[in-house]
Amino acid sequence: MPDILTANRLHDGDVVYRTAMGDWVADVDTAELIDDAEQLAEAEAAAQADVKASKVVDVAKIPVVVADGRVVPKRLRERIRAFGPTVKSDHRPGAV
Amino acid sequence: MYRYDEFDATFVRQRVSQFADQVDRRLKGEITEDEFKPLRLMNGVYLQLHAYMLRIAVPYGTLSSRQMRRLAHIARTYDKGYGHFTTRQNIQFNWPALKDVPTILSELAEVEMHAIQTSGNCIRNVTADHFAGAAFDEADDPRPYAEILRQWSSLHPEFSFLPRKFKIAVTGAAHDRAAIRLHDIGLEVKRDANGGIGFAVYVGGGQGRTPMLAREINPFVPEADLLAYVDAILRVYNLFGRRDNKFKARIKILVHETGIDEIRQMVEEEFQQIRGGVLGLPTEEVERIRAYFAPPAFEDRPAVSARLGAARAANPALDRFARQNLHRHKAPGYTSLTISLKPIGGIPGDASADQMDAVADIAETWAFSEIRVSHEQNLILPHVALDDVPEVYAALAAAGLATANAGAITDIIACPGLDYCALANARSIPIASELSERFGAPERQDEIGPLSIKISGCINACGHHHVGHIGILGVDRKGEEFYQISLGGNPDESASIGEIIGPGFSAEGVVDAVETVVDAYLKLRTSPEETFLAAYRRLGEAPFKEALYGA
Ligand code: HEM
Ligand code: SF4
Repeated sequence: MPDILTANRLHDGDVVYRTAMGDWVADVDTAELIDDAEQLAEAEAAAQADVKASKVVDVAKIPVVVADGRVVPKRLRERIRAFGPTVKSDHRPGAV
Repeated sequence: MYRYDEFDATFVRQRVSQFADQVDRRLKGEITEDEFKPLRLMNGVYLQLHAYMLRIAVPYGTLSSRQMRRLAHIARTYDKGYGHFTTRQNIQFNWPALKDVPTILSELAEVEMHAIQTSGNCIRNVTADHFAGAAFDEADDPRPYAEILRQWSSLHPEFSFLPRKFKIAVTGAAHDRAAIRLHDIGLEVKRDANGGIGFAVYVGGGQGRTPMLAREINPFVPEADLLAYVDAILRVYNLFGRRDNKFKARIKILVHETGIDEIRQMVEEEFQQIRGGVLGLPTEEVERIRAYFAPPAFEDRPAVSARLGAARAANPALDRFARQNLHRHKAPGYTSLTISLKPIGGIPGDASADQMDAVADIAETWAFSEIRVSHEQNLILPHVALDDVPEVYAALAAAGLATANAGAITDIIACPGLDYCALANARSIPIASELSERFGAPERQDEIGPLSIKISGCINACGHHHVGHIGILGVDRKGEEFYQISLGGNPDESASIGEIIGPGFSAEGVVDAVETVVDAYLKLRTSPEETFLAAYRRLGEAPFKEALYGA
């Protein structure tokens, strides 16, 4: 099972994922899939540098599954972070 | 003692500009997250699953229309158009950007609101009966004393770094609507034979992973000694409370391990040393604070409203609302009206910006601009003339706020759970919504009668599950959401901690399980007058266990 790196962006707190280019984006599908230890060490070092540079906070490595080309975090908590609250309807504009 | 207005305003403004500077330095990378985190927590800013969360204090749950409008404005401008009212009588915004928080705080300061003491190991926002100053059964309005305690505890140098957070609640009536036996210190306003005011003092209650009921430490502390006595309790706690283990640091553990009699003696010794000193509460001081809470000018009205009676007879929905959501007032011809934030199938405690504005307008037109937040996550209009209830009801209905379920089975308390909270094991809100739909039919609710369901997404118990008649606790079982059910909890003067009834249930099974319990109750009760809690206390867990798990 591959891993990806996630964090919260410092200035607005939004959930972000690290891409292979090294930037942080909201779309989990574009996260860099990490399969081996060397790749992980490199990505984590770069992510920690971004923590130091005050771009992101709370970096974490999370396991994902790739199904039909979509990246889906394994744990429910991370799915909720990626796709938003599961509440049926709330007051957000555009919410179901 | 200082003046509320001058001191607070200056202090809050200073705090806001200090924090603005800290945020600015953080965003520029001049301070690290480790340095910044305690600073943001001191100002009510948490980092949750999706975003930052800002927790704003609503001292003793009292809000004016002007303040409510400001909350609506903040929800609309800086958040996603809504806010979440919590069991701590405060409001949380789930989506603010860090960079906007200083602006939000300064806009709050303009209406005398802030986020101080909503986090950290200090004395937290003092909570009170949401019908304070209005209820027919109170000895006196508890809020002046909550305010006196708030002033005394605000930034008290000695008490800013307690072993753990510290929560105080005050009720003005013997019927406890503030869950005082579940707080570190609980106070009940009482009167002696001469009408003099004093307090029954309870100590060592709390929820979380080791729920405990507070014990009575003193049946009557005279008003003048209130601060000295509470200060004595805090001193004993500060000296002897455990700092070695976060899970054992609350005063409930000290009381439990030491014994109430010994604690009483230790407090008494401290009290004798400080009594009558600078912490004395002169009558003039109490009167000055009390003036801030003076009741509005009630008109002379007949106790029964013919106008409301006629309107109820003509409108069954209004009749139902009036039966369910009105609470008896001390002034004849008035009532306290609960605005349920529990629409059937909705999110307990959430209100949209438009709804907040509607409540502010309604309160201004018909309720002296006074609003309360209840620990049951509802809003209250404490003073409404019975004659005006039909208009208030119509205006609430237009705003989608006329759900007639105060105290009913769908008046569910739920914490944010795994949909928002970084500490959660399981979701709370979707379970609450499903239960609400399952039991939402008016006839079904009426058949069941008063029954509280309370849901927490982890053992911290923010959703008060220990004191739900039916409590639901979300746990993690091998990466899956799982729910433990407890029965027989109760937060009032006959407080009890619920007992776990047996093995837990999956997210798919928990709603059915609750319905099984409810159906068992309906079969077992002696009459519709016997409430769920009464039936459970009479029968014990056995018949419910059998219904759930078989013989
Ligand atoms: C979302 C962020 C939240 C965090 C991080 C949080 C954290 C905690 C923690 C760690 C405790 C356990 C304290 C202890 O036992 O020493 C606790 C208790 C509690 N919280 Fe929260 N909570 C959150 C949200 C809420 C909400 C939304 C409410 C109101 C609905 C709330 C109300 C309470 C209450 C009533 C207790 C139990 C009282 C007691 O400590 O005895 N909290 N919370
Ligand atoms: S009970 Fe647990 S899950 Fe619920 S709000 Fe509190 S800390 Fe979060």
